[in-house]
Parts: sequence; C-alpha cells; structure tokens
Amino acid sequence: MNLPFRAPPASCNDIPVLRERGQREVFCGLTGIVWLHRKIQDAFFLVVGSRTCAHLIQSAAGVMIFAEPRFATAIIDERDLAGLSEIDAELDRVVNRLLERRPDIKMLFLVGSCPSEVIKLDLKRAAARLSQIHSPKVRVLNYSGSGIETTFTQGEDACLAALVPFSPLPANGYVPPLLVAGALSDVAEDQFRRIFAEMGLTDVGFLPARSAAAMPAIAPGTKYLLAQPFLNDTARALEERGAVHIPAPFPLGAEGTTAWFKAAADAFDIPEAKLRAATEAGHIRARLAMEPHRAMLEGKRIFFFPDSQLEIPLARFVAQELGMEPVEVGTPYLQRAHLAQEIGQLPAGTVVSEGQDVEKQLDRCRAAKPDLVVCGLGLANPLEAEGFTTKWSIELVFTPIHGYEQAGDLARLFSRPMDRRTRLGG
Amino acid sequence: MQLTLWTYEGPPHIGAMRIATAMDGLHYVLHAPQGDTYADLLFTMIERRNARPPVTYTTFQARDLGGDTAELFKTAAADAYERFKPQAMIVGASCTAELIQDDPGGLAKALALPVPVIPLELPSYQKKENWGASETFYQIVRALCVPRRDAAANPRSCNILGPTALGFRHRDDLAEISRLLERMGVTINVVAPLDATPDDIRRIPEASFNVVLYPETAETAGRWLERNCKQPMTSIVPIGVSATRDFIAQVASLAGLDADAADKAGASRLPWYSRSVDSTYLTGKRVFIFGDATHALAAARIAREELGFEVVGLGTYSREFARPVREAAARLGLEALITDDYLEVEAKVAELQPELVLGTQMERHIAKKLGFPCAVISAPVHVQDFPARYSPQMGFEGANVIFDSWVHPLMMGLEEHLLHMFRGDFEFNDKAAASHLGAGATKPAEPAPPPPGPTQGGWAAEAEKELQKIPFFVRGKARRNTERFAAERGIALITIETLYDAKAHYSR
Repeated sequence: MNLPFRAPPASCNDIPVLRERGQREVFCGLTGIVWLHRKIQDAFFLVVGSRTCAHLIQSAAGVMIFAEPRFATAIIDERDLAGLSEIDAELDRVVNRLLERRPDIKMLFLVGSCPSEVIKLDLKRAAARLSQIHSPKVRVLNYSGSGIETTFTQGEDACLAALVPFSPLPANGYVPPLLVAGALSDVAEDQFRRIFAEMGLTDVGFLPARSAAAMPAIAPGTKYLLAQPFLNDTARALEERGAVHIPAPFPLGAEGTTAWFKAAADAFDIPEAKLRAATEAGHIRARLAMEPHRAMLEGKRIFFFPDSQLEIPLARFVAQELGMEPVEVGTPYLQRAHLAQEIGQLPAGTVVSEGQDVEKQLDRCRAAKPDLVVCGLGLANPLEAEGFTTKWSIELVFTPIHGYEQAGDLARLFSRPMDRRTRLGG
Repeated sequence: MQLTLWTYEGPPHIGAMRIATAMDGLHYVLHAPQGDTYADLLFTMIERRNARPPVTYTTFQARDLGGDTAELFKTAAADAYERFKPQAMIVGASCTAELIQDDPGGLAKALALPVPVIPLELPSYQKKENWGASETFYQIVRALCVPRRDAAANPRSCNILGPTALGFRHRDDLAEISRLLERMGVTINVVAPLDATPDDIRRIPEASFNVVLYPETAETAGRWLERNCKQPMTSIVPIGVSATRDFIAQVASLAGLDADAADKAGASRLPWYSRSVDSTYLTGKRVFIFGDATHALAAARIAREELGFEVVGLGTYSREFARPVREAAARLGLEALITDDYLEVEAKVAELQPELVLGTQMERHIAKKLGFPCAVISAPVHVQDFPARYSPQMGFEGANVIFDSWVHPLMMGLEEHLLHMFRGDFEFNDKAAASHLGAGATKPAEPAPPPPGPTQGGWAAEAEKELQKIPFFVRGKARRNTERFAAERGIALITIETLYDAKAHYSR
C-alpha cells in the first residue's frame, strides 16, 4: 500500500511564516454552536451576550434558526449593565424559563461572548450554581465563544475542552484504549468506527458524543487522536486527564485518512496486514472518486484566506492528492505541535501566513492572481466580481469531508467553482 | 436580560452599515471585536453586492484589551483614510467597544484628517438596527448640510430620502418612484443615502421639498431639513393604489402642480384584477399582517380597501412607530401586536387561524409550520427577496407586484371552486396518490375506521365521519372551530348537530 507521508522535517523553519496583525475578516467562536448543537442532540447552547451575538448566530445559522433550534441568546440590556449585582438572578430566571420550555434538554452550555467577558460576568460560577439547582436532570457547563478570545472553530475547541473534565472516569482501573476528539459528521464517525473495529479496536470513544449521557470515558493512559486541527485547548485538557496524544496528520483525502489510521495502528502495534485489510478498499475508492476532480485541478494555483485552521491540512490535501499549487496558506492560528506532519508535506515555496491584515492580504492575492481563492462569504462575491474564482470556506466546516468515502466530495468542493466558471464561459 | 431565539432587527451599528454601504465616497470605521465582520456577509450574500462594504473594523482581541485599544482605533482610522481616501468618514463603536469606553469621535478628531469625520453615538443596549440607520443618516445630513434661509430656485425639485442597502425592495421602489415623479414633471435633485456621495448630501438643501420613502430611515433627517432648510416633506408612503394616488396629490401640491400633471403618473392593473370575477373568492379572506410599521400599515390598507380582505390581526416590531400602528389597528377594531418576540407572533397567528399571513421571513416560517399561505411584505428578508427581476412594492407597478405575490399563495378562484365541486371524488382527495407519480404509485393504507361510540376528543363516530367529507384543506379549521364551539358550550360529545351548529355559528 502506498503510504507516502514523509517524516516531518526536523524543524519547520524552512517554511516561511508570515505573521500579520490588522483587520481580521473572521467569525467568532459563537459560530461553532451552529454545528455543535446538531452533533450533541440533547444539549442547548445559551449565549450570554448582546443583540449583535443573536444577530450573528441568526445570520450564520440561516434557515436552521426556524427549526426550533437548541440555541438562543440571553440579551444583556442596559438594566443588566446598570445593576450588575442582580445579573445572577436575571440569568437564573432566563435559564429556568428555558428549561421549563425544553424539558428534553440534558446539557446546557452557558456560552460567553465579548460583552459578557468585558463586563467580567462570571459564567463559570453561574454554571456551577445552575448545575446544582438543576441537578441531576441537567448539567450546566460554560465556555467562551467570544470574538476577543476565539476565532470560528476555536469555539468548538473551547466547548470540547469544557466537556473533558465531565467525561466519566471508568471504574475498576479499566483504561479505554482510544479516543477520537473533534466533532465529525455522523456518517464519517460511523465509517471510522467500522474501520477501527476491523483493525481490532472495538472500544473507541468519540468526543463529543451524540448525547450528554454518552460522553466517552477517559483515563490516564487513554490514547487520543485528533480529527480536527483546531483542538489545542481540548488536547491540553485531555492531557491533564492523563490521556496521551497520537501524532498524526488529519484524515482528509485518501493519503491523509490512511496516514491517520496508520498512526493509530502504530500506537497499538497493529500489524501492517491488518491495517491494510481495514483501509485498502477505502483508500482505492477514495482515489478513484478524486480522479475526475484531479484532472480539473492539477497544476492550478490556490490561495487560502484564514478562517478555520483547516487551511494547512486542506492545502496539504489539494497539493498532495489533487496536484494543486498552494500560493499562500493563511491560518488564524498556527498550532505547530499538531500540524508538524502536514506542514512538512507542503510544497517548497508555499507561504504560510498566521493572523491577518485583510487589506494587505487582498493586495497579495490580487498580485498573485491565483486560479482559486478559498475565503469567507464577506470576500467571496467581491472577489468573484473582480474576476477571481472562489470557494467559500465555511462549507468546508459544515460539509462531511473526513475519511475515504468523503474524499471525492471534498475534491468536488474545490473543483465545482472552477467547473462552473468554465461552463459560464470563463 | 431577554431570552431571544430570533431577532427582527440587528444592533444599531448594522443600521449604520446600511447607510455607509448605500453611499459612495463614505467610509465607516467601527471599533469592534474580532468576529463583528460577520455583518459584511449580509451585504455580500443576501443583497449579493459585488464589493465589500466600506467598513474598517478594529477587530480587537483579548490581548489588546490590556494595552491600548484607543491607539488601535487611531491606527485603523488613519490607515482606512490613507487607503480609501473617502470624502467623509463616520466613526463609532459596536456593543463591546461601547463597554470599553474609548471615544471614537474624540480619537478620530485628534487625527485631524482632511475630511469631515462624523461621530456616531449608537446605544447598542437600548436601540436597534432601524434606529441606527435613521440616526446615522440624520447625523450625516446634519454634519454636511448648511441650513438655508432662501427659497429654492426650482419649486418642482425634490430629494428622495430613505433607500438604503439591505432594504426590502428599495432598489426597485426607487426606480418606480423616480419614474413616477419625472412623469409628473418633478425634478429629482438628490437621492440619498442610496448611491449618494457626501458631496451629494451637501446639495440636498438645493431642492424645494423632500420625498421620504421610508420613515424608518429618513423621517428624522427629513424633519431636521424641514426645520433648517425650509423643505417640507411627504408623509404618505406610496404603497398600494390608493396610497400612491394620495402620494401623487401630496407631491403635486408640494410642487405646485395641477391635477393634469398627476394624471400623467400612470395606472395600475390591480383595481381591474381585483374587480374581475375570479377575485370574488378573495372577499373577506381573513388576513394577519406583521412587519415593519411602514409596510404593515400599507398592507393593511391594501388588504382592506383594494383586495376586500378582512384584516384580523395587525402588528409591528418597530417600537419607534408603534403609535400609528395602534391607531390603524383601532380603526379596524383590533388591538395592535407590538412585539419583537416571534413566539408572541406565532401564538397570535395560531389563535387567529388566518387564511393568509403577510409578514417577514419569520412569519413565512410560522405560516409554514402552522400550514397557512403566506407572502413576504417586509424586512427582515432572506436572499430570495432580493430578486433579479424588477419587483417594486411602491407605485403602480408595485401594486401589480403586490397583487400577484399575495394572491399566488392562495388558491385561485377557479381552482378553489373545482376543489369544492369534486371534494368527494375518488381521485381528488387527500388520500389519493399524486397523479404525476403514474401507475406505479401506491395509495397509502386506509386508516382504521373510527370505533363506534364516542371517539377521542369527544367526537361521535358519525360526526367524525361527516367531518371527513369536508375538503381536507379546511378540515383542520373545521375541527378546531367545532371543538372550541363545543368547549365553550360545555358540550361533551360532538355530534353531527354540533358540527353544523358550529359551522353556522362561525359562518355568521
């Protein structure tokens, strides 16, 4: 079997990293609620914030807002600001009303926002107090999704890091062998579970689980794989519980997915033949599914604006598996520890940029004239109007892209805008 | 603290963005945390704008808070001026920056930029989007217009005030009303804020009167111009045929034109369509109306006077304009629903059981959930209500558009007649499979016949059977009405008699 992942270079210093500060055209961590609430089916996310926060989630959630969603905003008003002493009572009242309306809720997240952080509202204490009041029916947790502290997918990191201390400790000294951290689409999670089982790993926990009661057990010695690149704080929390990281690239595309399972196989001394039996068919299917897209994308130059921290693994994917040429790969934060293997696979000459000064980055993008630009929705139509072909990046977070069976779909996300431009006459 | 799932309006700085994005040559520097740039996509996606809104955000982060966020603001403002070279700038704070109390106005002033810098005070924890738009436009007009003492040279010249970015049908309303005014012989001096530059704003006082299309965004500025530039303004919003005629009369009187000029303005097909026999079935259709105050008031008048509907509910989320809505509702014998809580609106719709809902995007979903026909008449709206085709709400073409868009969700008269005639037909009822599925389609299994004697909910078996003879699309309403009728009279068992008593009662 073809396992072309090279060992990471001794240091990543040969990859130039451009660090910038200026206007950042990114979402805040509150946006994570939009997919997290679909994943944890009995959790409710209550943002304590302003009308802006409510408006943001509404704009990001689009049509989902109407389906009796499991998220809401407790809007701070001027009376709350005037009488900060009574804000606890106000919050209790709002939470009571909410839980009366939704008796099916088992887990409630109080999600901090910029306004609640700036006025130093102690949501951690509020969560502990409310947890006592509503125990054992509802567990109340807290994390911050504020823009001043988190960028887009970091909201998921903060949420999962808050979940880790509440994951059960197994009894009788049992050590659950493997944990996968990072919200995956249900379909990808099920596929991964089947492949692990074929490799002989039957007890694999996924964080987050689909319900509050099913959160995976973690014990000192539990090994964990990251399914997403943005889980810095979650990894730290897992390590505080004694879990041990399995360094791996991320399971995107045929090569990425195989390398990810190989890292697990190596960690558990699973023989090569068994790994191959579990993954080979998927690997071949994935390569087959990517073939037509590779034909369309090979040799094309691609520019990534920072958004989700998925940019480096995605740049690795499009370069290695689709033959594209990354010009600049922007990321809001560069977590070197988790991305070492991915950065090592980027072609020489790729510029990696961390942070953003959007005007200067747009100037660089215009000067580089890439064939495809990956960017947020605030930039996509304006760049299209300037003649660029764009792929809007949020879709890469909302769509199932992990694993073998989704590799073709992931490739299609990049090829479709190019295809469309060709069909409409260039 | 208010528990909110859905908000009809964004925060006030979104209103300010709607003004800045509408204009040319104006730049907005907004002191705001990282993440507030989400607002850009409202303009680039919902309105499909082909350029980024002219807004620079400071996007401060937690690590900046310990340091000098004021310095960050100054740098951002200076850089924005250098890059965009606007004719004027507006500066302000979003909700979080309001809490950290840097003073954008003072800081920008200290930069001594060579263009006017207009500070905005938008209290995020009290006010909302429309107020923010109105206040921003007013501050821009106040800062740039020099009060005038003399009369304008051309008594027939006017300004059109109010259209903004992200406004519901503002693009086409403006085209429709501009054409109408020009046909009347009125000259348009400046349109603002849409496509106006700060230099255009300075020319506003040259006209002799103002046409205020959207009171939500332009009434405050209009009143200031009335006081300071001797420019009277229109008070009638030309949505609907009657309102358009009244508007024309008002403009004619402000411009010193006679009735002949007004006659040139045009005509609508709505009056004839509404009189044609196919529209007879519209008579007395029970309609619920909710939206911003301007569109809700206009819709209520059209519904009653021009389409012959019965308005059974009227409300708005615009608290600033609650009074005229309350008065209009009172004239209809109703109590206005003034709320920004969509759950209250949903409860009201469920209670009233209207035959048509006219509202915003949110009412569209409420109506979908409850199974009522619906048309959108007001912001907030989604991308499909920024259509490619010409579709104004104002003027005579606007009335045509309104007739079509309100009547389509209802069944056309002939269709309704046929459904009644063949309601017992074996292949024309709710259990018959759709005909386009062809011979392969299987019919769903027949439900088990109701057991003899009283059934659940107090229905006698024969009454339940009779109920099934009522066309499926009104059966739910008949069931609810009958049950309410029975409950109000303490009737334990609903018989065929009760069913028809209730029918007689509710058809009065």
